[in-house]
Amino acid sequence: MSKAQQEAIKERSMVLQKDMLAKQFTELSQAKELGKKVVYTFVPGNLTELILSFDLLPVYPEINALQSGMRKKSAAYIRDAEKIGYSEDVCTYVKCDIGMMLNGNIGPTGEKLPEPDLLLLSYTGCYTFMKWFENLERLYPGVPVAMLHTPYQEDGIITQDQVDYMVKQLREEVIPKMEMVSGKKFDMDRLSAMMENSVKSEDLLVKVLESAKSVPTPIDAYFAGVYYIGPIFTAFRGTSEAVEYYQELWNEVQQRAAAGLGPVTPEGELKEEKFRLVMEGPPNWTNFREFWKIFYDMGAVIVASTYTKVGGTYDTGFRHDPTQPLESLAKYCMNCYTNLNLPQRIDLIENYVKEYKADGFLINSIKSCNSFSAGQLMIMREIEKRTGVPVGFIESDLVDPRYFSYANIKNRLESYFQMLEQRKIILAQQ
Amino acid sequence: MNRLEQILAYCEKTAFDLHFTDAKKWKAASADRVLVGYLPIYFPREVVHAAHGLAVGIMGSGDRKQIIKGDAYYQSYICHLPRGVIEMGLDDNLQDFDGFVFPAICDCVRNLSGMFRITGNGKFSRYFDYPQNFQKHIGGDFYREEILKILDDVKQVNGVKPDKAALNKSIGLYNANRRLIERIYDIRQEYPWRLSAVETYHIIRAGLAITVEEHNSLLEEVVSIIENNERGEPMDNIRVVVTGSFCEQPPIGLIKSVEMAGCYIVDDDFMLGARWIQGDVDDTTDSPIDALVTAYLNQSTFSSAVYDVGNPKGKRLVELARQRKADGIIFSAASFCDPALLDRPEMQKECDAAGIPHINFQFHENTGQFKVIKEQAGTFSDSIKLWA
Repeated sequence: MSKAQQEAIKERSMVLQKDMLAKQFTELSQAKELGKKVVYTFVPGNLTELILSFDLLPVYPEINALQSGMRKKSAAYIRDAEKIGYSEDVCTYVKCDIGMMLNGNIGPTGEKLPEPDLLLLSYTGCYTFMKWFENLERLYPGVPVAMLHTPYQEDGIITQDQVDYMVKQLREEVIPKMEMVSGKKFDMDRLSAMMENSVKSEDLLVKVLESAKSVPTPIDAYFAGVYYIGPIFTAFRGTSEAVEYYQELWNEVQQRAAAGLGPVTPEGELKEEKFRLVMEGPPNWTNFREFWKIFYDMGAVIVASTYTKVGGTYDTGFRHDPTQPLESLAKYCMNCYTNLNLPQRIDLIENYVKEYKADGFLINSIKSCNSFSAGQLMIMREIEKRTGVPVGFIESDLVDPRYFSYANIKNRLESYFQMLEQRKIILAQQ
Repeated sequence: MNRLEQILAYCEKTAFDLHFTDAKKWKAASADRVLVGYLPIYFPREVVHAAHGLAVGIMGSGDRKQIIKGDAYYQSYICHLPRGVIEMGLDDNLQDFDGFVFPAICDCVRNLSGMFRITGNGKFSRYFDYPQNFQKHIGGDFYREEILKILDDVKQVNGVKPDKAALNKSIGLYNANRRLIERIYDIRQEYPWRLSAVETYHIIRAGLAITVEEHNSLLEEVVSIIENNERGEPMDNIRVVVTGSFCEQPPIGLIKSVEMAGCYIVDDDFMLGARWIQGDVDDTTDSPIDALVTAYLNQSTFSSAVYDVGNPKGKRLVELARQRKADGIIFSAASFCDPALLDRPEMQKECDAAGIPHINFQFHENTGQFKVIKEQAGTFSDSIKLWA
């Protein structure tokens, strides 16, 4: 195979996103020289519009960790964290991040990432986030921490007292620290204006994701979906660049749908859609391309996924509200996927299986992510019971390559696809 | 059998009665009584008590129950406690419980709360979210709402809404309970041979499955006996604090192994919930719920479940070790316990800075082999005795 053939096929939206990210990381590498202040924070429950409204630059340690995984750097970083006492059992994102820091904090573009001026602990849907930033607070002594505690949707609803609790924290804990670090006063009008852009991006993202209801689907909502959510889940929500990206993406998806084309894979367009799947759980990043290839080689496409909702469940109707910016940030945080209770998660997946006409439901269970993984076997049973589709279960890890067993996963998936094939034949005969 | 031995035998039996026979017997005596099971770590039992209820600690199945169904609900890389709890829920262990409370301590317990909603155990299943903001008008307001939800849940079952006097009375009883437990720890600090760590564990754990009145009575007797009578003989042991076992409980064999290896356990976090509030909660106010809220915000002990920026738990652990005149610290955490294991490196650094020796190991609640742990603890003890 020639070098040109080996390179992934890229659409214009992909190039656009690549440029956005390159610009972002260049800006980060020059932050100190440019006098820009830097905020470390998380993807689920991120407060990007608020951060940007103070002209602060956000850094997302999870994104750094997954990028390290994709660049085959994570194994060494994890080993270094384990050498200083972190257990083999704990979250590998945390260990990868700490290992990266121990090795000079070199970011995805090969440039050094700036140290934080503020640690914004947006504690949404993952208990480990709190432990992670407690550790970072010790590793960056003197850097202020702003804690935003997001209540869990224990009853499957968001109550007014929960919203009040979060808004009070935003007003009295988060915003004052951002003012202190940035030297700027909070500007509600600026935040509100950004949210108008957020809504436009959110509308477009939902259209893109819901295009997978078509048979055949013009997109893969997991392997390609993780790219689609990039700008809106990270540093760009609320910006005009994000709106431009999602408009471009939506245009491309519409064109593909009109032409009856399947999803774009790294080796070109998927020619035949054989299996439509709903996927639960994050992907493995260390062997992402190999993992994806197992699917598209078998004609399997992911039509809906829960991972693409960790940074917001826009497809169930939530939108940022420019008329109530702080309240809507609170509701946004509480609506992220891992902040939903288990029955809500099951309901959501059941709807996906039905609305997206899925042939099966598959879980990629992550060894070091309790937030996702604890309870997944019950989710699997419930989905099988409610929908009747065959369910599958594979195991890997986020960024620890020791827990990605290619042969094992391939064997399991091939057996699973055979089962789906058989079922299709039986259903066709009935 | 003398009186202390009778008490110890009763406590051992009750602590590991996974059918909670005494608690169920108590409930059966009156129609308006409710049983509320709660998971580790802390839960303000006072509010359930005041509403004619008994809050029963469900600390896992340990090594006392074979797990069959539970393993079908949890992957191998999830800690052991939830699989034992779901097994108990699917079997008849938790029959007659009216509700369950899942304190916000980690993602596994959080998701288990949803699993109980699906299995339909009890009449209610409540995730009990603690504030991680400790200002009274922010985190305090939120926490008050969480407590009121529990009171509503219980009222739905038995129609009882406790008044101020009932709540203050309950607060007073649990104040006495914590004082007595602390008294036992204080006596053991001076005379650790009079009551072993295993015996202490049994006594405190039994208190999670019986009424506070009965437990207080037993504790008073134990205090009186060990305060005034010599028992056992001093050994050439080192003094250690064990930390990291606040949720999934270590098997008794592990605690025994550490003791037999030459370590007096002078403090620990095994039954942390029973000792969570440091000092008394005000039981004389017009707003007892607020008193509980204030106590949680200002008098909580340190724990991996609580956000600690501004009051780091490593420093508080060192302070505890010094207060207990401990020679060393043993980090003993359940496998796959993110909160405990992610705290460990930074806490160890604090120990190093303070010159306190430490070792660490991991366990499952049903670990059956203790040889390695005993050797490790024995070497730790010897090294301190010989060279410290």
